[in-house]
Amino acid sequence: MTLHAITVLGHDRPGIIAETTDRLAGLGLNLEDSTMTLLRGHFAMTLVCEGTAGGSEIEAALAPLTADGSLTVTVREVPAEHAPPAAGTSWVLSVHGGDRPGIVSAVVAVVAGVGGNITDLTTRLAGDLYLLVAEVDLPSGADVEAVSRELTSVAAGLGVGVTLRAADTDEL
Amino acid sequence: MAINPTVLAWAESDLGVPGAVRDVVRAPAAVLSADGGVVDPSAPEIVQLAADLVATMRVSPGCVGLAAPQVGEGVKVFCVDVSAHPKTRDHHGTFVLCNAEVVSGSRNEKAREGCMSVPDLTGDVKRPSRVVVRGQLPGTGEQVELEVEAFEARALQHEIDHCDGLLFLDRAAGAHAVYARKTYL
Repeated sequence: MTLHAITVLGHDRPGIIAETTDRLAGLGLNLEDSTMTLLRGHFAMTLVCEGTAGGSEIEAALAPLTADGSLTVTVREVPAEHAPPAAGTSWVLSVHGGDRPGIVSAVVAVVAGVGGNITDLTTRLAGDLYLLVAEVDLPSGADVEAVSRELTSVAAGLGVGVTLRAADTDEL
Repeated sequence: MAINPTVLAWAESDLGVPGAVRDVVRAPAAVLSADGGVVDPSAPEIVQLAADLVATMRVSPGCVGLAAPQVGEGVKVFCVDVSAHPKTRDHHGTFVLCNAEVVSGSRNEKAREGCMSVPDLTGDVKRPSRVVVRGQLPGTGEQVELEVEAFEARALQHEIDHCDGLLFLDRAAGAHAVYARKTYL
């Protein structure tokens, strides 16, 4: 059994997911984690699937998707990742303000600087409004107050606002 | 939950001045991200602002609340009227509060919020569905405390957030909790 990471990018239309997954199912591949969204109207999907089919076999099966040039597909074998459960704390970081280059890089640099890990991230540009929402794991022992102050300072320099909130889970 | 009779009985005619429809500002306007100033609820300009907020809410389709920063005034005043909304349970009709704060809250629920000042996005926000809010009525300045629930509770917290310089974007439940708006009212 091997794992393959597959990306499908390009012009959106109804049926892309149905077609892609049907072809993967035809190879006996098991879809594990996947994500799909529209990025400024472009279809963008990444999925990781497990099975015995090889990379070239998967590429051949998905080739019809790319035939009209509207979609790009990549297939790559990836090793199994055994991420240990995070020992630190989970946070939701929200940044919004006027659009300008460098907002994301400046803000995430603060997170990286304390060994924090971003586990999920979305950015949106809506008119002049730029928005970043990220889920952040901070290592145990990180000085959250100091991180928050640094984020506020960096954001102020960019003319945007920032909020860092604990990602609370209601256990049921 | 007990409805506060003073708030329920309040009507914009109590203000004694006609309201003007104001332009609604949109993010990233700085006034939306600044902590609003505390006001004197009996000051004539605050009474006028209260009337303007109600008038602007009335002409805005689907609008159930409007805060002063949304019309460009960085102060703690907002209006609410959820009476016609299908998610509303008990409610206090139309009212304006100055210098309001959430005293206590319980029963967190997540729901998707939109905002006239963020017209192209919506987002999932978790908030208490029962809250006690304290504030002052414009004109008289009378301090009132009201228990609110369900949609009215959400609306009040959304507006109080505006008065404190927060948008629903600041409370997005996660990286996949913000959406491009699909329908415009």
